Amino acid sequence: MLELKGISKKYDDTVVVHPLSLMLRAEATHAIIGPSGCGKSTLLRLMTGLVTPDAGTVSFEGDVLTKTNALAVRQKIGYVIQDGGLFPHLTAEDNVTLMAQYLGWAAERRTDRVAQLAELTHFPLDGLRRFPVQLSGGQRQRVSLMRALMLDPHLLVLDEPLGALDPMIRSELQAELKEIFATLGKTVVLVTHDMGEAVFFAETVLLLRDGHVVQQGTPQQLLHEPANEFVTHFVRAQRAVSWEAEAP
Amino acid sequence: MIRYFLMALVLLLLAFTPLSCQREQFRVGAKKFTESVILGEIITHLARGTGLEVPRVQELGGTRLLFSALCQGDIDVYAEYTGTIREEILAGQDVQDAAHMRQILRGQGIGMTEPLGFNNTYALAMKKDVAGQHSIRRISDLTRHPDLTLGFGHEFVDRQDGWRNLRKHYGLSQSEVKGMDHDLAYRQLDAGAVDVIDAYTTDAKVKQYDLLLLEDDRDYFPHYNAIFLFRLELEHNAPRLVEVLRQLSGRIDDQTMAGLNARVELSRVAENRVAAEFLQDAFGLDVDVQQETAGARILRHTVEHLDLVRQSLLPAVLCAVPLGVLAAKQRGLGQGVLAVVGVIQTIPSLALLVILMPLIHWLGLSSIGQGSITAVVALFLYSLLPIVRNTFTGLHDISPQIHESAKALGLPALARLRLVELPLASRTILAGIKTAAVLNVGFATLGALIGAGGYGQPILRGIRLNDTSLILQGAIPAAVLAIATQGLFELAERFWVPKGLRLAARSIKT
Repeated sequence: MLELKGISKKYDDTVVVHPLSLMLRAEATHAIIGPSGCGKSTLLRLMTGLVTPDAGTVSFEGDVLTKTNALAVRQKIGYVIQDGGLFPHLTAEDNVTLMAQYLGWAAERRTDRVAQLAELTHFPLDGLRRFPVQLSGGQRQRVSLMRALMLDPHLLVLDEPLGALDPMIRSELQAELKEIFATLGKTVVLVTHDMGEAVFFAETVLLLRDGHVVQQGTPQQLLHEPANEFVTHFVRAQRAVSWEAEAP
Repeated sequence: MIRYFLMALVLLLLAFTPLSCQREQFRVGAKKFTESVILGEIITHLARGTGLEVPRVQELGGTRLLFSALCQGDIDVYAEYTGTIREEILAGQDVQDAAHMRQILRGQGIGMTEPLGFNNTYALAMKKDVAGQHSIRRISDLTRHPDLTLGFGHEFVDRQDGWRNLRKHYGLSQSEVKGMDHDLAYRQLDAGAVDVIDAYTTDAKVKQYDLLLLEDDRDYFPHYNAIFLFRLELEHNAPRLVEVLRQLSGRIDDQTMAGLNARVELSRVAENRVAAEFLQDAFGLDVDVQQETAGARILRHTVEHLDLVRQSLLPAVLCAVPLGVLAAKQRGLGQGVLAVVGVIQTIPSLALLVILMPLIHWLGLSSIGQGSITAVVALFLYSLLPIVRNTFTGLHDISPQIHESAKALGLPALARLRLVELPLASRTILAGIKTAAVLNVGFATLGALIGAGGYGQPILRGIRLNDTSLILQGAIPAAVLAIATQGLFELAERFWVPKGLRLAARSIKT
């Protein structure tokens, strides 16, 4: 599905991603996790061709990503960015259908697809005519998800999709999102800094630290067979927080 | 993309569709003072009499402008003074006499008539009763009265051909000389505060205050004999007119000219009517004078003004927005573009006009007068900065998240610009265009300096004739137009700025 071979990236003199190789299996949910500044967002941008690696290659469905095919490949990748990144000048519906309009989809086909997606994401139909500024944070995230799914992508990529929401809405949306992933049966890559969220969603977890992969495996492997002290430490810290949060 | 091309096309059509078509065969120029304009109107009447089509007299600021306009064929004839030709136009050339002057001008394709009869030069003036008491008629008589008080304009005190050398030339011993504003000098003389002032020989005020001009008996002041300069080709193209011009020689003496000036400046009669009266009196010619009502005049100036604004502003929008986009997309180039349009803004308007004129003439375009593009080009250049800067800022301020989501969708660069970036920057861009438009309406009054018409025309005329109501006829409509422009753009915001952005702006305010 997605294969990274020896890719690395540095900005100015700071290495953000050290040479790494990895392969993501199709039709599974993968979480990339790590403390802030560990390079997880950059890794995501490398995967989608938004950032060009200094070395190494990214292949998507067997094709090596280049400048010339980047646009075409990106249409097969749905991307939900950190705080939605909705276009404020367009209504919710136009945000979702912008790319389809650009590609010349017929109006009927667009409406059908939007209705389908609204149902999937539990987005109220009357909200489609609203502008982003008129929507709540949760609704904006749903619109962002609909926009990412509009062209029926092969890969769905989410960068901290729930990061900016308050805890109540967040846990509600986590459940919904998991259901949506299950319904879609697509390959999903999710970036988060929350171990609980990673465990909740993902079949495989990739733990990053300072641009290095510390451990890649199932959540169980990270919990029970930590590669080193840092993994134990990271997992514990996160569990401690979630335990405190659950305490009455 | 097609929509954008269509928009550009419509803007260009709006900019350059002529509102009126004028076929102009013969153009008369004049300097920006009453006497020159009256002489221009006299030729205009005469030329029309010979069957030529003659538009309004082109009032231009300054000898250099007029003479180069004449040489370039932007005008065909204007009234000049021999002293000015000697000192300014042919400065540095050793001009021996009138025949020699005529010969040099002929070499440049310019003809010169015989003197019209009056000499508009400096003179010393006194009240008639005071002069009578001391029996003074000539400047040399002043040597017998060293106790008289002299009041001179600052310029006359300083000039080469002014007081210092006059004093030496006549051996005058008066020591008490008051420097003052020239216009004030007449009033001081009338009040008896000074006894002798400097004056122009054909000045309307000489008549108004009934002054005696002292005879320059030792021939001190240079001669400023009025003549007409015309393009030599008229001898073939309009021989009858050249004949008529020559008939004017010797027909206007100092007193007649001062009288005509007084009719305009003191009695507030329009120059073209005064010119008609003169032709009636001197030649028995019946001239039909069309008096323009104030309303018609304001309307005409409005049309001229709007012409200047639309022809400069709309092409400026078409150039400045792409320049702003370029500036935002190519950092290095962008800084250069912003610097250049910034520097243009700092060039003083008159300087810019003077820089542009030879350039535009070199391109073979009409550089001066009505319908010339010099003023349009200057206004165009001034309009660039606000639009370029705002386009740049509008694009530059779009958040990285927006850029990233547009890219992540897989939109190519041009589509991102069209569908996302330009709409998001539209409010800022429109604000820049609004600023440019309002500034443009104000700057366009400067078009009058080179005869391009507009509201500046009545303003400059009003300043020349010291007529406040005329000044207001230009200033008030200009202000109203500026406010209307502002209002129009506020309205345009509703159409052009996407609703989502207006909502967002409102939610930030509250």
